Amino acid sequence: VYVARMSLALAGMLVLLPGCSVISDTLEGPPKAASVKPGKDRREAPDFTLKDVNGQTVHLADYRGKVVLLDFWATWCGPCKIEIPWFKEFERENKDKGFAVIGVAMDDEGWDVVKPFAQNMQINYRLVAGNDAIAQKYGAFVPGPPMKPGEVNSIDALPTTFLIDRDGKIAAVHVGLSAKNEFENGIQELLKASGNPAVPALLVRAN
Amino acid sequence: LFAQTNPILTVAPPAKTVVKRNSEATSKISVTLGEGYHVNSNAPHESYLIPLKLSWTPAPLAVEAVAYPKARDEKYEFSDQPLSVFTGNFEIATKFKAPADAPAGVTILAGKIRYQACNNTMCFPPKTVEVKLPVEIQ
Repeated sequence: VYVARMSLALAGMLVLLPGCSVISDTLEGPPKAASVKPGKDRREAPDFTLKDVNGQTVHLADYRGKVVLLDFWATWCGPCKIEIPWFKEFERENKDKGFAVIGVAMDDEGWDVVKPFAQNMQINYRLVAGNDAIAQKYGAFVPGPPMKPGEVNSIDALPTTFLIDRDGKIAAVHVGLSAKNEFENGIQELLKASGNPAVPALLVRAN
Repeated sequence: LFAQTNPILTVAPPAKTVVKRNSEATSKISVTLGEGYHVNSNAPHESYLIPLKLSWTPAPLAVEAVAYPKARDEKYEFSDQPLSVFTGNFEIATKFKAPADAPAGVTILAGKIRYQACNNTMCFPPKTVEVKLPVEIQ
């Protein structure tokens, strides 16, 4: 499934940039870096077209104006299982404030394994089936150089989680199991920002 | 890409196995995991975890048994319960049997090790490593 992969050196990298956490020493420890990048350093999150568990098409652009937690995970990933209850809580507590969690399932077996797992975990947020294309698009935002010149990183280490601001820009990247309060702080910081929500397409049609 | 410079899991080229027709021989495959990494054992405690598995295309031999090392139960930051894992260096033994009509000579048996590795904070997609085992049938 994975075409190009991050190096082990990257996986173990300890250099922290603002908004980019790699590994936390403890689950509840204090953030090691700013929760989110400054607005000027944020880059546009790649749009995607993926199917959810009901077969409905999901575009990231549909979430413009909302803060989005985009979580790349898989059923075989133990650290991902730790974070899922946190994301359920974030969804429950913030969905009415312009926030949404989207889980991108990277299992090769697709919904056959993801659906029962999600039911068992009582996941309350939207899940989409991931693929190579989205892994490569978002892999480009994972800190660290590509292993081979000319190649791009792909999402390889799971979980990898992106916080996307209301303007559709990537404000933070978390590679591996991160501290719950790093996510919380980032979400709250982004929710406070007014952003520049796109006007819904139906309202801008010329009369 | 990982496998080219700093692999999580490496398999040493196995020594030639010599087996007489109508008898058995055991081959050992040596596996090394990078420091800080583990793979699920051949029998993980949790059903959602992907086990390590060695499989063979054994012809002209037959596989009698594959013996995995004793797994270790280890507790990780991300798991409530200890996980059944392999770490460090370990060997997987395969007992082959050569049929009475097996052709004499040297051949290469193809094997595959499928595994899924993690460290204490992240996991990597399942991968398959090919194993080529030289066998001399006498």
